[in-house]
Amino acid sequence: MSRSLVIRGGHIVDPSQSHDAVGDVLIVDGTIASVGVDLDAPDGALEVAAAGLLVTPGLIDVHVHLREPGGEHRETIASGAKAAAAGGFTAICAMPNTDPVVDDPAGVRFVVAQAAAAGAARVYPLGAISTGQKGEQLAAVGEMVAAGAVGITDDGNPVMDSGLMRMALAYAQTFDIPVADHPEDLGLSKQGVMNEGLVATRLGLRGKPNASEDVHIVRDLLLAELTGGRIHLQHVSTAWGVEAIRQAKARGVSVTAEATPHHLTLTDERVDGYDTNAKMNPPLRSAVDRDAVRAGLADGTLDVYATDHAPHHYDEKEQAFDDAPNGIVGLETSLGIGLTHVVGEGVTDLPTLIDRMTWGPAKAFGLPGGTLAVGAPADVTVIDSEAAWTVDSDTFLSRSRNTPFHGAELKGRTRYTIVGGAIVWESSD
Amino acid sequence: MNRAVSSLGKDLVGLEHLSPEQILTILDTAEPFKEISERRIKKVPVLRGKTIVNLFFEASTRTRISFEFAEKRLSADTVNISSSGSSVVKGETLVDTARNLEAMRIDMVVIRHGSSGAAKFLAERIPSNVINGGDGSHEHPTQALLDMLTIRDHLGRLGGLKVCIVGDILHSRVARSNMYGMLKMGADVAVCGPSTLLPLNIEDLGVTVFKHVEEAIEWADVLNVLRLQLERMQGGYLPSLREYNQIWGVSRARLERAPKDVLVLHPGPMNRGVEIDSDVADGPHSVILDQVTNGVAVRMAVLYLLAGGAPETAEAAKQGAAT
Repeated sequence: MSRSLVIRGGHIVDPSQSHDAVGDVLIVDGTIASVGVDLDAPDGALEVAAAGLLVTPGLIDVHVHLREPGGEHRETIASGAKAAAAGGFTAICAMPNTDPVVDDPAGVRFVVAQAAAAGAARVYPLGAISTGQKGEQLAAVGEMVAAGAVGITDDGNPVMDSGLMRMALAYAQTFDIPVADHPEDLGLSKQGVMNEGLVATRLGLRGKPNASEDVHIVRDLLLAELTGGRIHLQHVSTAWGVEAIRQAKARGVSVTAEATPHHLTLTDERVDGYDTNAKMNPPLRSAVDRDAVRAGLADGTLDVYATDHAPHHYDEKEQAFDDAPNGIVGLETSLGIGLTHVVGEGVTDLPTLIDRMTWGPAKAFGLPGGTLAVGAPADVTVIDSEAAWTVDSDTFLSRSRNTPFHGAELKGRTRYTIVGGAIVWESSD
Repeated sequence: MNRAVSSLGKDLVGLEHLSPEQILTILDTAEPFKEISERRIKKVPVLRGKTIVNLFFEASTRTRISFEFAEKRLSADTVNISSSGSSVVKGETLVDTARNLEAMRIDMVVIRHGSSGAAKFLAERIPSNVINGGDGSHEHPTQALLDMLTIRDHLGRLGGLKVCIVGDILHSRVARSNMYGMLKMGADVAVCGPSTLLPLNIEDLGVTVFKHVEEAIEWADVLNVLRLQLERMQGGYLPSLREYNQIWGVSRARLERAPKDVLVLHPGPMNRGVEIDSDVADGPHSVILDQVTNGVAVRMAVLYLLAGGAPETAEAAKQGAAT
């Protein structure tokens, strides 16, 4: 029985209930007891003063690489869960492309156990689509779901066999989980290390064309339509990809999709100078693509704002561009980038961004939370949306520092992260 | 260590970010150095006491030897490191290799590496002067400089000339350095090759694209014919070498149909009978061996300038005056 807690006088934005007003949130026994004005709190309840602060359902990031097991020098489940809490996230989804791959119930249970011990953000594991993420045989999907997996994905190794993808989409329906895909046709993108276009031509770097992503997005949409399965398209980066999803949604295809902070803000021009912290997959694309991703996030074609948090040890990135691994960390900059560049530049209004960070991801993966509805788990984020700060990757709780946003001036930062009614992170500011 | 400020900056990573004046300075500085290689005793004390490492992560004969001759004729002490038989193949990273070299207090590094951006990567991490001897598909600046010097020797100018680069533009660092350099010097630049080997948006760099080599030959004053890497067949870019030769090969018959004489360059090593026919390579249009000769002079000029030598005192320095 945890202590009761009341968050007083904050600006409450809960898109799941279209709630946008100043008030209090009362938490009793780890669940939301009530939301309203001048609430009576039980004796001994902890008071959190939130006047002038933003109070939202706990933020959720459905695309995080935690590297444990096998890559603990980059990140552990504990360090990632703590970095998530510092970034305002009360829940994250862990990708299964670890070493070994999470492709059986024991792997799922390991992630769940490590996360419970960390006592920070909740960690929901995804299992692999195929055994060893080899793209050959379906993994033990049902057993993994029973052990706690909330979806399946071969993220990192795109499913090239369309027949296998069809089977995965059909099979996953039994368990009502989404199949998350990193859409990339490797035949079109092989050898590519950045977006194909003028910048790649100038720098002498091999490009990945938009079509390498579009072909798989369209394939996945067709297969979801064929099977009736739920497809979740990860880190959509192309203009046509966004449009194809928009059209599929209009036809009633069961699809959800992500936009990342970096694809919403940066373009392939950022690669000039061969900064390996601008190397990720899918790559940073053109301004036209960036603007299309922005429009997709705004109109709901892209339901989810997710980081694709991909930690790499500093010396892995300290290589020639071709040789450096893909990916950047994002947990501790996501909220600030969203508030500064997505809301601050008028891409979406505040409730829409919060929706894409709470209710949107909760619905996509069927997660508890993402709402302040009475009876929901008491996962709440309290944000100082006016706090100006400078990104200093040396201060990250993540074990890795690989970000192109080091030195960026942002506005908006987490004050409290509350998971199940317990404060798991509180800013020292 | 005191380092004189060079008119080129610390490094020569590429031509894209050099000014036309800097390129002209290198070409003009190369002129007096040409004569050294014609002497009976081919050595001057310009870089005496300087230590230079030729760090070759990719196989190279011509470029490495050309740099080595340039260094030795300027009296520098040189060490060659190639990827086979060095710690590089034992998994040492580029940054560790660089730090170890620096710890031995060297003055200059010539680097050839298979990854685009590797020369810049090295230049940003060590205080020594870094010269790009070819990085991935990015740049090979001294090759383009020797090409320009050779063209200027034969045609008297660069501005206003029509220069077409023929072949695998996509993978070619020679192509990129030539495009950047020739455009800066006021030439009209075109490229010609199979569409599978032309990079996207190439025309946005300010070059014309020819699909057919006959059109390119008709247009051009100068053809720079690139080596076709034989592994492109396995990559699926081309069906066969025979077909490449039939459609894009520079042949005597094609040159004879041109309305004017065309100067033919090739960076070597040649695939005779593939991108260039022997009767062209050995014929009156070819200046391929002049390129090789000029390569040593251009590299001497680059070494001299990066070491802080003044362009106007190159002649005096060559005669043995202290630098």
